Amino acid sequence: MNKKITISPVTRIEGHARVTIFLNDEGKVDEAYLHIDQFRGFEKFSEGRYFAEMPIITPRICGICPVSHHLASAKATDDILGVDIPRPAKLLRELIHMGQIIQSHSMHFFELAGPDLILGWDADPRIRNVAGLIQANPELALKAVKLRRFGQRIIELVAGRRIHPTFAIPGGVNQAFDPKSRDEILKGIDEMISYVEDGISIATKYIEDNKEVCDKFASFPTGYMGLVKDDGSLELYDGKIRFMDKDGNVVKDFKDKYYLKYIGERVEDWSYLKFPYYKPLGWPEGVYRVGPLGRLNVVDKISTPIANEHLKNFKKINDGKPVEGSLYFHYARLIEAIYGLERTKEILEDPECLSKDVLLSGKVSNEEGIGVIEAPRGTLIHHYWVDEKGTIEKVNLIVATGHNNWAMSKSVENVAKGFIDGKNLTEGMLNRVEGAIRCYDPCLSCSTHAIGKMPLLIELYDSNGNLINFVKRD
Amino acid sequence: MKKIKIASIWCEGCSGCHMSFLDMDERLVELINKGLEINATPITDLKIPDDDTDIGLIEGAVATDHHEEEVKMMREKCKFIVAIGDCAVFGGIVTMRNYIPTDELLKRGYIETESTVEGKIPTSPELGKHLPKVKAVNEIIKVDYYIPGCPPSADAIYYVLNEILEGRKPILTGDFLKYE
Ligand code: SF4
Repeated sequence: MNKKITISPVTRIEGHARVTIFLNDEGKVDEAYLHIDQFRGFEKFSEGRYFAEMPIITPRICGICPVSHHLASAKATDDILGVDIPRPAKLLRELIHMGQIIQSHSMHFFELAGPDLILGWDADPRIRNVAGLIQANPELALKAVKLRRFGQRIIELVAGRRIHPTFAIPGGVNQAFDPKSRDEILKGIDEMISYVEDGISIATKYIEDNKEVCDKFASFPTGYMGLVKDDGSLELYDGKIRFMDKDGNVVKDFKDKYYLKYIGERVEDWSYLKFPYYKPLGWPEGVYRVGPLGRLNVVDKISTPIANEHLKNFKKINDGKPVEGSLYFHYARLIEAIYGLERTKEILEDPECLSKDVLLSGKVSNEEGIGVIEAPRGTLIHHYWVDEKGTIEKVNLIVATGHNNWAMSKSVENVAKGFIDGKNLTEGMLNRVEGAIRCYDPCLSCSTHAIGKMPLLIELYDSNGNLINFVKRD
Repeated sequence: MKKIKIASIWCEGCSGCHMSFLDMDERLVELINKGLEINATPITDLKIPDDDTDIGLIEGAVATDHHEEEVKMMREKCKFIVAIGDCAVFGGIVTMRNYIPTDELLKRGYIETESTVEGKIPTSPELGKHLPKVKAVNEIIKVDYYIPGCPPSADAIYYVLNEILEGRKPILTGDFLKYE
């Protein structure tokens, strides 16, 4: 006899997923699956469009990191023109990218995942959310709102609008930056850094008080991947791709245009999200993690001082070896938010950010274009093929969250086995399973969740798969 | 001031409309303090809205059988349904795929893409079934109010919610209306 638990939809993540957990007779977890119920078809319906439209079409893949798609896409179109865009244009693109890192990372920590750490895993689900945080700790909640606004405001001031900007175009950007906006942003940076530091204090205190849980919760070895600068430091806009194995050895630094040689994607019947892996190691040995944890594991250092100090502490968690526990994603995310703020300041203090030299013209001169960027959630790859007029013939996309698909599934299984007792089931146990997914801040934008079903549904099947009984709970 | 309970879902959308909702920034805190109660949404943990929910916001178009069930459930639970964003209002960007048969879309995504190794099309019964055409929300259920835009501005969303909280009927004009 088998019992099945369904968690649907998984909440406080960006997108749609459901979890099914199978229990054995003793109420122990046999198997657990994360189903990503998402398919949008951008790869197909973009065929036949003019290539210059892609930076406007593809942000609609995701409203949380539209800037990442916008920029990866623009980089792929630069590649089709075969141009190296002017430095001021690069700076401005990186600037809106930093805005997005700040808003996305701080929103995730304070408004999505934070309630578990701040209000507790077993807190009443009616208050375990951002509105509950506003009631419980209005001062902290207001800081969270201001931080997110700050990141969004950078995007708005530079690119004209917060969500789905139309700013980056093939060959550069379509608008120079102005001193007044620069000053507005500069003025706020130090205060925002202090807000993120508040978050880091919360995270490190949580880690200290719950060290054992942090080292056990969804903790397992994998490879890691992320962009790095030539000197091995953290890079989010443009660098080479580094792959590190589970023991912390750098296996390869490769140019983004060779990604097809190194990354393969597997399909499983039970998920609409594919499973990327490092091809030279094969499946499943080649599975890896990306995003804040993956990036901070692969980098040697961070080029900005405050974030680099935090990185040193982060590296101590596992004595310089890769950090494996998924809860450490939250800590890593905040360190990157600090980097985003410090890097914003560097860009704004560079006089070239006000230059009018922001666009190069060019002709379609390559049949293919590849654009790779570190989105908040990990490495994002856009690859287009065009005809001689620039009409899109084919599109291949590997989105950031995809790389973590195997690890998210593994985390669900790991936490389900570690925390679920089928005989004494509580809501908090299931929340921990969802929390394992939340570590990855997945962006599964678009698709569906079976909200028509009850939130918690336990079904009993006999060995022939016939449903013999079920329990529902609100 | 009376309490207003809202719930929201995202169907075939990009969550950009929900982000625009959060872009109300401090005004969201103000609305909550004024009596806006956030019930089941993707950013809270309740999975199904309470039966006495006042407003149901729907982001995204209807693309699968799961979405159909969800929007019908919203209609049952909420007194007032608001379609938010071009996807919910008209069908939006993903209607671009209505010109292509579903199996061709899936074939490209899961078999032909250059990075896919030994692909196949996922068929597990746990996953939603695609409808032959992506639809706007009002093709499935009655919609009471529309906020167009991709996404609508935070100002427009704030205006609508605030008018309702103040007991007035919101009428969107001028800059609040965006078609893009
Ligand atoms: S209307 Fe635009 S912003 Fe809203 S869900 Fe659709 S694509 Fe995203």
